[in-house]
Amino acid sequence: MATVLEAKNLVRDYHIGGTLFGGGRTVHAVKGVSFKLEQGKTLAIVGESGSGKSTLARILTLIDRQTDGELLIDGETIDIKKTGVTAAMRRKVQIVFQNPYGSLNPRQKIGNVLMEPLLLNTDMPAAERRERALDMLVKVGLQPEHFNRYPHMFSGGQRQRIAIARAIILKPSLLVLDEPVSALDLSVQAQILNLLADLQDEFGLTYVFISHDLSVVKYIADEVMVMYLGEAVEQGTRDKLFSNPEHPYTRSLFAATPRADVESIKARLAKKAALASA
Amino acid sequence: MHLLEVKNLTVSFDTSVGVFNAVKGIDIHVDAREVLAIVGESGSGKSVAMLAVMGLLPPTATVSADKMTFDGKDLLAMSAADRRKIIGKDVAMIFQEPMTSLNPCFTVGFQIEEVLRFHLGMDKAKRRARAVELLDQVGIPNPAERLKSYPHQMSGGQNQRVMIAMAIACNPKLLIADEPTTALDVTIQKQILDLLVRLQAEHGMGLIMITHNIGVVAETADRVVVQYKGRKMEEAGVLELFTAPKSSYTRALLAALPDNATGDRLPTITGTNFEEAV
Ligand SMILES: Nc1ncnc2c1ncn2[C@@H]1O[C@H](COP(=O)(O)OP(=O)(O)OP(=O)(O)O)[C@@H](O)[C@H]1O
Ligand SMILES: Nc1ncnc2c1ncn2[C@@H]1O[C@H](COP(=O)(O)OP(=O)(O)OP(=O)(O)O)[C@@H](O)[C@H]1O
Ligand SMILES: [Mg+2]
Ligand SMILES: [Mg+2]
Repeated sequence: MATVLEAKNLVRDYHIGGTLFGGGRTVHAVKGVSFKLEQGKTLAIVGESGSGKSTLARILTLIDRQTDGELLIDGETIDIKKTGVTAAMRRKVQIVFQNPYGSLNPRQKIGNVLMEPLLLNTDMPAAERRERALDMLVKVGLQPEHFNRYPHMFSGGQRQRIAIARAIILKPSLLVLDEPVSALDLSVQAQILNLLADLQDEFGLTYVFISHDLSVVKYIADEVMVMYLGEAVEQGTRDKLFSNPEHPYTRSLFAATPRADVESIKARLAKKAALASA
Repeated sequence: MHLLEVKNLTVSFDTSVGVFNAVKGIDIHVDAREVLAIVGESGSGKSVAMLAVMGLLPPTATVSADKMTFDGKDLLAMSAADRRKIIGKDVAMIFQEPMTSLNPCFTVGFQIEEVLRFHLGMDKAKRRARAVELLDQVGIPNPAERLKSYPHQMSGGQNQRVMIAMAIACNPKLLIADEPTTALDVTIQKQILDLLVRLQAEHGMGLIMITHNIGVVAETADRVVVQYKGRKMEEAGVLELFTAPKSSYTRALLAALPDNATGDRLPTITGTNFEEAV
């Protein structure tokens, strides 16, 4: 299988405060991350809040440029500073942002949000664009009557699904999803995860999937990378990571995962009752 | 007397294609020291119902209720000015989309301190000290330094924690938390949930927690309301909900946990219409 995405020692520093002449301080958001991802596979990234996952996602999708290190897509070194982002690259690489509302134009109706990528990147006739957009709306669990509504008229999870629909409508060969199902109920989440799996099977799409939910990661990932303070502290296959986590941070994640078994609930309720009567 | 009591709440929106009923007659109550979890379908009116209690819906919304009292005060009869004195102080809300609730033009420190100034009239030094303490409580490293950051310089989960800090700043009697931990890894999620539970014990706070995370329900809730298409499908003690869910919707929802994957796809429930079992 061909390697679709390769990161070699990616670094991203942010300089905040200070002036042109210095001062301020530097945040080392990503401190040298490397990985390879093959076509049709899913890399899940988990990690501490603030560990550089979204920063990395922006570099992988050519929105932001690394401070240092090399990014290769389909074997070619990408340097957006030299070449800019071409239309071909845009078609190939898409992102679902962590904050869907911020990425939607408040004055654009949802139908147009979904049809725009088709208008810009294909020569599909208008009627077909409309049909494809309606079809996509239904696939993510929304209704045809949502077509003419504006972003503010949706719930958090509905907006998240609009962002997903917009990103997959062009069937990008590389899709980076930043917490794409965090606002969805379990049933809609299942529908979206199935849809992503269907697209991957049918078109060989490659996914980078950022998530805090380990049960989702366990379901969707082939490879897993664990980030902590800007570094990839553990990388490996899903099976290895779940059966034999090595890094203390990875272990602390498993230990802190909330437990929904009846015994744990009973124990917690008993403790609360005891505290209340004390 | 309940801390919050809402009877027969309905909310409808005027849209260009007619009236949309988002909340269709829901009863909600919560007591001091109690945790009520609201779970349910994405788009089922969970956020809208709570925004109605806060009086924060846009003018296109029509709200009606037979009763809406907080701490014995009638919220429906209260003047807008009186309500503003309570909202944000005695009743606070952690909004679902932190990036859209924080003002991009001000530092997070300014925004936290503004709450303290407006509601508690604290002087500058006290405000600063309290803001540092709050950021520290929500697990943000270098809190004094971080107060100078703008929202776009923070990660998704860091902004979510700023929202949490603002909501708990005045030690509210009732906290409505709308998906408060979606952007947090499980170790920080645990820290936040422990903090909220501690505030409950120390100040007798009532907590309404809207969440899609079944583990969070199991680890925090006393009582659970399950919502679907603007209606309450079920209300039960937390143990009862997990051991003997009454409504078919609740059962279908729990069945969609990724851990229950059979083969390589997840069970979904699209196309089913569920009846309430209250
Ligand atoms: N534009 C910016 N300027 C300065 N610092 C930034 C900027 N963007 C991000 N950071 C900092 O870089 C670090 C990594 O942020 P990033 O958003 O990549 O984290 P994350 O892993 O996605 O976290 P979360 O899970 O909370 O979304 C954080 O400490 C953040 O405050
Ligand atoms: N301003 C508005 N105009 C028209 N419809 C709206 C508006 N705001 C919300 N709605 C609709 O009201 C319904 C309830 O929305 P709400 O945000 O309460 O859902 P929710 O249960 O919080 O869902 P989620 O879990 O996805 O956040 C949704 O179908 C939504 O599309
Ligand atoms: Mg992020
Ligand atoms: Mg909501």
